[in-house]
Amino acid sequence: MERIIFYIISVLMIVFAVMAVSNRNIMRSIVYLLFVLIGIAGIYFMIEFYFLGAVQLTVYAGGIIVLYINSVMLVEKINTPLPSVVWWRKLLAASLSIFGIVLTLFAIWSYNFVKIAESQTKDTSINDVGRALLNYGDRGFVLPFEVISILLLAAMVGAIVIAKTNKPQENNELK
Amino acid sequence: MISGVSIYEILTVSTIIFFIGVYGFVTRKNLIAMLMSIELILNSAALNFVVINKYLFPEHLGGAIFSIFIIAVAAAETALALAIIINLYRLIMSLKTDDTETMKF
Repeated sequence: MERIIFYIISVLMIVFAVMAVSNRNIMRSIVYLLFVLIGIAGIYFMIEFYFLGAVQLTVYAGGIIVLYINSVMLVEKINTPLPSVVWWRKLLAASLSIFGIVLTLFAIWSYNFVKIAESQTKDTSINDVGRALLNYGDRGFVLPFEVISILLLAAMVGAIVIAKTNKPQENNELK
Repeated sequence: MISGVSIYEILTVSTIIFFIGVYGFVTRKNLIAMLMSIELILNSAALNFVVINKYLFPEHLGGAIFSIFIIAVAAAETALALAIIINLYRLIMSLKTDDTETMKF
């Protein structure tokens, strides 16, 4: 049963990913991207990382997609189709991608991964994730956690500084 | 761990999504559409981290926590890049990569 659900999610994700990179209406391709992100959150839920699935849903599906839709509505008319791509560029990119897929899949399927019995895996609760994030001992992640918080603050300030308009300043200079 | 699904099949799915993202990054000419392809690439990388964590090292949490960091970095990157794109659109009134020729105004 779980296997069938996994295959359905995978096929849907691949189909929507192809549509997201090939559709010429940018709003539609953002919605297809949203479906791919929700499918990845579904895989996170299926392999029992519930916290990560929730983060994926809230940050990606809730935050980033809305950011994309807002910026598309700010900069362009929604119905303007994207410029079409010349055929040789499509062919070149497709052959490059297929070559990469074949090479990587060959490397993956020829490697012998260590198999772990299903009884050995344990559930990861949110408690474990929080303790690992704030642990400063062995296998603790408190330093990257603090660095990422400073990075988020810097990105927030930087986005405001870059995107703000200069008009009030010019008015002051005119006065 | 999904019962009945081996690590090979999940890695296959994430590989295919990664290279679909590469295809979009190469073919698209619009800046926002190129950023969307980067989102696909980042997501498949995060999925790889999580799957290898779950299937090969279930006693540690490194992969899952690095996926959380990848998601945070992707959010910061998207916010900054969209701010730059909006500012660029005000200056040159276009989003095509061919029109962004100068680096500093």
